[in-house]
Amino acid sequence: MNIIVCVKQIPDPEAPPASFKIDPATNKVAPPPNIPPVISPFDEQAVEAALRIKDAGGAKITIISLGVNLLRDVVKKPLSMGADELILLEDPAFADGDSWATAYALAMAIKKVGAYDLILCGRQAADWDSGQVGSCIAEILGLPQITVAKKLEVRDGKVKVERVTADGYDVIEAGLPAVVTVSNELGTARYATIKGIMAAKRKEPIVWKPSDIGVETAKIGAAGRRVKMQKLFQPVREGKCEVITGENEEDAAANLAKKLAEVKLL
Amino acid sequence: MTDNKGVMIFTEVVDGKLAPIARELLGCGRKLAGELKEELSALLIGSGVAGVAAEATAYGADKVYVVDNELLKDYRTDAFVGVIEKVARQANPRILLLGQTSTGNDLAPRAAFRLGTAVTLDCVALEIDASSKLLLQTKPVYGGNARAIFTMDTLPQMATVRAKAMSALTPDSARKGEVVTVDAGLDAATIKTNLLQKVVQEVEGVKLEDASVIVSGGRGIGGPEGFKELEELAKLFKGAVGASRPPCDNGWVPTSIQIGLTGKVVSPEVYIAVAISGSSQHLAGCSGSKNIIAINRDAEANIFKEARFGVVGDWKKIIPAFQAKAKELLGK
Ligand SMILES: Cc1cc2nc3c(=O)[nH]c(=O)nc-3n(C[C@H](O)[C@H](O)[C@H](O)COP(=O)(O)OP(=O)(O)OC[C@H]3O[C@@H](n4cnc5c(N)ncnc54)[C@H](O)[C@@H]3O)c2cc1C
Ligand SMILES: Nc1ncnc2c1ncn2[C@@H]1O[C@H](COP(=O)(O)O)[C@@H](O)[C@H]1O
Repeated sequence: MNIIVCVKQIPDPEAPPASFKIDPATNKVAPPPNIPPVISPFDEQAVEAALRIKDAGGAKITIISLGVNLLRDVVKKPLSMGADELILLEDPAFADGDSWATAYALAMAIKKVGAYDLILCGRQAADWDSGQVGSCIAEILGLPQITVAKKLEVRDGKVKVERVTADGYDVIEAGLPAVVTVSNELGTARYATIKGIMAAKRKEPIVWKPSDIGVETAKIGAAGRRVKMQKLFQPVREGKCEVITGENEEDAAANLAKKLAEVKLL
Repeated sequence: MTDNKGVMIFTEVVDGKLAPIARELLGCGRKLAGELKEELSALLIGSGVAGVAAEATAYGADKVYVVDNELLKDYRTDAFVGVIEKVARQANPRILLLGQTSTGNDLAPRAAFRLGTAVTLDCVALEIDASSKLLLQTKPVYGGNARAIFTMDTLPQMATVRAKAMSALTPDSARKGEVVTVDAGLDAATIKTNLLQKVVQEVEGVKLEDASVIVSGGRGIGGPEGFKELEELAKLFKGAVGASRPPCDNGWVPTSIQIGLTGKVVSPEVYIAVAISGSSQHLAGCSGSKNIIAINRDAEANIFKEARFGVVGDWKKIIPAFQAKAKELLGK
């Protein structure tokens, strides 16, 4: 059983909203100072899903991450959780792609890895919230896709997935190889173990450049974008909250009820 | 070069009727088609959906493509992508819109890449650029901290649209429209996934999407017992209970009541956020509420930036006192 998990390094999406800034000079998001980047949370859950399959029946887990300035401490986290290999597509030519350009490069890297039964992605990367790379990889490689998974089970050459829907879930099955994207309903990802951290320290990632995976450079990174960004801005919030007070909390609560009655919201 | 024209809406059907999002999309599509002076079409895919065509016309479609086939009874990616590809190649729309629903967000990317174009998911505004005539696609990014406007040169220009971001037209049953039946042309062998079971987790009482009052609890509620109190309060207002993500992740409440970027989008008259800090991802699902009321013990919590009224303090003291007074004022 060979599992490939695609993980993306992003600015911490749970950093306080007030720390979010756009650099007007470059029209890019300025990473918040003193808050290190993280692996996108859904991707960490995709790693967790792979580890659960490995726990249940054994598997080799290969992590692939595409980007620039990939901090080794960050991208090695899946290794410290229990993954086996780490491949980095690290080159400026790969950077700033849209989902399509990114998926094309990842799919070419996956082809080069060769052995894969299951490809896991997060449901969406928590920076651009694009939500497409998994489907694009599936389309490029001609594989079935199951998105927004909360539970996966591999048996007899098939993967059985519980896919989250608006009012419950669907149970869907596909033959392997297949692409599955993982959602937070899967449950929290495990912590790294001390043993895992030590092993991850010793393990050097494999770094591939565009020429290593035979991509057409016009189709990757910023050059390969089909979706063009015209503008990036922060919506202005009015922020005019009327704080209702009272002698104590109970009194303030009663005053809130009165206020709501007064403005006909009760 | 193909000559792409018109706006096409993939109209989802729920319980034999147009889904609310489909009506909203037709409303938005009508406007875009008007600006382009082109036609608005609806694409109905399913089994036994032909009867819904009249509704699509009433909500604004000039033409309705109907693909009715038993293999299309339930949503399956490969089958629906195949049908969209076929109809889009036949009809050549300039713009193709879908809902940001569990079907739309699975279907749209794959269909886009099959058609050699691209798609922007989860848009909240769509406009035609006056000079380029391109579709300007506004999408919240970075969990709602920012918005980006995207365009694409490839055709059809595709987007999915967030629930409640657009308004439906008042249906007009006198409107006339053309119905075009298209053969699904499906080969069952190309459908690579198998739907084994559909599990629906019924929520009692008022549906979140329809509620005019929502009482929503966050991590600070601390456990399932606290949500019982919120339920009582919601009942008093004939409203529904929602939650931020942590209570869902912790299993205190069903995941289907999560509100936010990756949960439900709601826009009630009154949204009472109890012990919710107001992360951008949560606000993505509730900032369309007419009045947000925040109850939080941290006066600096971000939720107060979005709220119209707020009380700073411990919800355990505030909720019972608020409920008692509200009951009295309501004469119950
Ligand atoms: C990609 C992505 C998608 C996400 N999607 C969603 C989503 O769809 N929906 C969502 O909600 N979140 C989502 N999140 C998570 C989000 O970032 C926040 O972590 C989450 O919304 C925080 O929930 P919270 O406000 O309940 O908890 P916290 O941020 O921990 O806030 C708890 C609040 O309760 C207050 N409090 C504690 N005790 C009391 C008390 N006794 N009385 C009064 N107040 C009290 C505290 O002051 C605090 O403000 C997403 C995150 C990512 C990265
Ligand atoms: N640069 C990247 N490197 C590795 N995986 C990625 C990258 N970008 C996206 N992915 C994967 O694709 C998923 C969806 O990304 P997106 O379509 O960009 O929202 C992510 O959750 C990752 O699993």
